Amino acid sequence: MRNDMVLRVVGKLLIPFILMFALYVQFHGDFGPGGGFQAGTIVAAAIIFYAIIYGLNTARRVLPDWVVESMIAIGVLLYIGVGFAGLLLGGNFLDYFVLDSDPVVGQHRGIFWIELGVAITVFGVLLKIFYLFARRGPN
Amino acid sequence: MSFAEHLPVLQVVVPLVSAPLAVLFRDRLAAFLLVLAGSWAAFAISILLWLQVRESGIISYAIGSWPAPWGIEYRVDALSSLVLMLVSGVGAVVLPYCRSSIVREIRPDTHYLFYAMFALCLTGLLGITITGDAFNLFVFLEISSLSSYVLIALGKDRRALVASYQYLIMGTIGATFIVIGVGLLYVKTGTLNLADMGVRLQDMTSHRPVLAALAFLTVGISLKLALFPLHQWLPNAYAYAPSAVSAFLAATATKVSVYALLRFYFSVFGETAIFKQLPMEDLMLVLALAGMFVASTVAIFQNNLKRLFAYSSVAQIGYIALGISFDSVTGLTATIVHLVNHAVTKGSLFLLLGAVMASMGGVTLARVQGVGRVMPVTTFGIVLCGLSLIGVPGTAGFVSKWYLILAALEKGQWWLVFLIVLSSLLAVVYVWRFVEAAYFRAPRADLLQAREASLGLAIPAWILVGATIWFGVDTSVTVGSAAAAANMLLGVTP
Repeated sequence: MRNDMVLRVVGKLLIPFILMFALYVQFHGDFGPGGGFQAGTIVAAAIIFYAIIYGLNTARRVLPDWVVESMIAIGVLLYIGVGFAGLLLGGNFLDYFVLDSDPVVGQHRGIFWIELGVAITVFGVLLKIFYLFARRGPN
Repeated sequence: MSFAEHLPVLQVVVPLVSAPLAVLFRDRLAAFLLVLAGSWAAFAISILLWLQVRESGIISYAIGSWPAPWGIEYRVDALSSLVLMLVSGVGAVVLPYCRSSIVREIRPDTHYLFYAMFALCLTGLLGITITGDAFNLFVFLEISSLSSYVLIALGKDRRALVASYQYLIMGTIGATFIVIGVGLLYVKTGTLNLADMGVRLQDMTSHRPVLAALAFLTVGISLKLALFPLHQWLPNAYAYAPSAVSAFLAATATKVSVYALLRFYFSVFGETAIFKQLPMEDLMLVLALAGMFVASTVAIFQNNLKRLFAYSSVAQIGYIALGISFDSVTGLTATIVHLVNHAVTKGSLFLLLGAVMASMGGVTLARVQGVGRVMPVTTFGIVLCGLSLIGVPGTAGFVSKWYLILAALEKGQWWLVFLIVLSSLLAVVYVWRFVEAAYFRAPRADLLQAREASLGLAIPAWILVGATIWFGVDTSVTVGSAAAAANMLLGVTP
């Protein structure tokens, strides 16, 4: 579909806004509907959109397989890292109260990093699934 | 930060950390070492927890410092500490075996992913055991199930894919039923904490949804633990999975599901009037007996040894369910002892079969003819495990059957004693089929050159064989812990 002018232009226009919307969903997750899972899905949708218009190989040049796979791991590690931060600061595992002198700020801080980890892993997993299926050709 | 008070969460998190790290390194050796370190650390932690529970009773840990009925509670008691030790112990033994074993069975560039999956499976199983929260239990069940579907599908045989798919469908139905059951209980009690749920169900007057929850949970968990007649996924899954995976899953996955069943039956429903309304004991008794006889009979007619012993596993699950059906301390002791003993026996059996597979290229009865001559040590090990399956004195299997028979006599059910012994005779028949092929036939001409498996395969297998014999001689750990757990489940102070 690389040769279709309309798709290319619309794609170029839309993808930044999709990514921006993902960030909104990500950071607004504390106060309204949204959060890491949804944001990760939206980012993945943007990349999949890109891959459909510009081809799988172009997308895999932008985000190679090893990056995608590492993101799956990094998100989980970030999540566990927040858990251990709670431990090291004298609380229980995943204790957000101790992350700041003010417990409420601590809660915000904890959920911020947790959701970021969720977003990274969800993004990685969805893209990995897409790559795996899209790569399966007739050969 | 005191290290000891965070052990319950470290039990789950340490193997969990090793999985993403293994993916990040993208290297076979690094992944192996990381996951090995994780599983050994998990085993060490489980021993510490077991000692701690024996010293000072139940350990409760509040995740995120949210106190128990609201937050997620990790709870280690006499039963869960024993199962934790079993699961992480088997994991710690099987993992070194993986390294020599999967080289032959799995594409080398995916080895690091295999180790990550193995770590996730271990994490899920440990999580089910340690959590005191019904929904958390479901999540861990999904983690362990999803990773075990992947592990099974990695088998070299193309039938592994179908087996894995079959397990996926059945497992998903089971998990759905479990979550429906948990949902109904949550609606009725307003809590997800298992202990709290048990308290709130005691003065429950409206019964219908709770009865439905009990039914959904029973069917869902029974699917997972392969209780006859919900065992259809098991034989193929065990037969075509990579050898190390067969051993690990046979020893742990169904056992942890038994644990979940015990937890729901006795910690949640045990004290309620609702539980007594349904003929749960008769139901368990009938299904257990059917499993013992039907599965053992089917096992006799199998030609693939892995399938043969997989059917034997279904039969052994029957013994475990039989113990539950007695609803007495001795019966539950038998159940829990057999849970451990059978895990160790089947684990070592599948590890040894993996060694035979590595040397002989397959484990059909036709192929392993004369294996007693070319691989005498491994064959002897398989025979020892077979004796334990039959229940010969001096092996672990004898101890569990002894307690089952005691429980039957306690209830005055002589006919059950007769049936237990009769079903053991069926085990004699299927074990004899192997002995006959291994010792009384000449090896195939092209397999005369086969030799004993490498030490990397033999040492882990023999550690578990040693445990099979050890638990048959010294029962202080197994029976002692099992009796303590049974007393706790039934609320009896010894």
